[in-house]
Amino acid sequence: METLQRILADHPFARGLSDKHLELLTGCASNVRFEAGQEVFREGEEANEFYLIREGKMSVELFAPERGSVNILTLGEGDVLGWSWLVPPYRWRFDARAIEPTRAIALDGKCLREKAERDSELGYELLKRMAHIMEERLHATRLQLLNVYEAHS
Amino acid sequence: MFMKPTVEEQTVHGSLHPMVPQPWCVRRLRWETEDTFTFELTSENGLTKFCFLPGQFNMLYVFGIGEVPISISGAPAKAGSLVHTVRAVGAATRALGSLKRGAHLGVRGPFGSSWPVEEATGKDVVIVAGGIGLAPLRPVIYEVLAKRQRFGRVCLLYGTRTPDDILYIKELEKWRERGDLQILVTVDRAGQNWTGNVGVVTTLLAKAQFDPDNTVAMVCGPEVMMRFTIRELQSRGMGVNDIYISMERNMKCAVGFCGHCQYGPTFICKDGPIFRYDRIQHLFAIREI
Repeated sequence: METLQRILADHPFARGLSDKHLELLTGCASNVRFEAGQEVFREGEEANEFYLIREGKMSVELFAPERGSVNILTLGEGDVLGWSWLVPPYRWRFDARAIEPTRAIALDGKCLREKAERDSELGYELLKRMAHIMEERLHATRLQLLNVYEAHS
Repeated sequence: MFMKPTVEEQTVHGSLHPMVPQPWCVRRLRWETEDTFTFELTSENGLTKFCFLPGQFNMLYVFGIGEVPISISGAPAKAGSLVHTVRAVGAATRALGSLKRGAHLGVRGPFGSSWPVEEATGKDVVIVAGGIGLAPLRPVIYEVLAKRQRFGRVCLLYGTRTPDDILYIKELEKWRERGDLQILVTVDRAGQNWTGNVGVVTTLLAKAQFDPDNTVAMVCGPEVMMRFTIRELQSRGMGVNDIYISMERNMKCAVGFCGHCQYGPTFICKDGPIFRYDRIQHLFAIREI
């Protein structure tokens, strides 16, 4: 049977981490499963976890009155869902939902924050990885904002 | 005395004078989305086959309104008809969209360079399309699928505005069912009913299966989208010599005379619209052109 540490090590987010750091991460990790349509978190709730998606598909949504839930990003295998656990006030800024049956590793943000405070090397590794994801998402959002497919006569 | 060439002469020697439109007739017109339609034309002067290469374009003339360059979106091997997909954004393209079955229009072409389908033999093929950019790439897909065993892995990455803007939706489904083509579609925004991908087309590249050392990439879409796609392809390890893009500028004569589509030392209509990226890489960063 695959151990959680092994599964974690295979995920792109954790690839290249030292055994020591992997062990620290594993101590805050658990396997989770979401059914299609199941809410993962909701805007305003406490952000205590984030998710490394192993299989399936999740959406990041924003509720807009009169428009309902607007799907603004889809995440799948190898992607990471959530960074509000890292930044005060530790509240979700968006909703998230599983679009398909989804398997993920949930990482306890509180637990990780405490470990990162004690181990600055771990903290730096985590920050580097999260910053990379944030940069990619910001970049993609800017491109989306350009509305490049809009018709021009 | 001027002698009108026979149909046989046209077929043997290519088209008539490149500046003289030939009469074609609308056989059918179908709206793909709210602003984009595909129409099929038949020749009025007895041409049974219109030879073109994937990526080439025609100048379509709506009598009394104007002429526009439109890529051919049909299958190169299909005889007797000519297919174009058009987005109605200006006077001429809107007029094209209002043509009824049996209506006439003028066609000059085909013009321009083509996608490197032959060069991709034995390699993986990555096709990246944004919005209406799928139309000039559809002939590539037809060609690749017709000779599927000649190519390695083939993936089509397609991004557009919303689920309602997806072109060739039934065909995409049919291609997906074949199982020998990886098709990933994403939209920039969607409602809750959409269960597909949301995000920019470049995010699909991480999911695409290909060997960067043995792949030909063909990219067509808005210039910004192509710029970011090229960066992403390069970060996946692809070389600039294996990336082909389709450029767009204001084309008028289509044969390199008028200079409207000049792009640095090249003319998009004659030297393009398809370019190997390394050949125009130095121009890509010059904003003034």
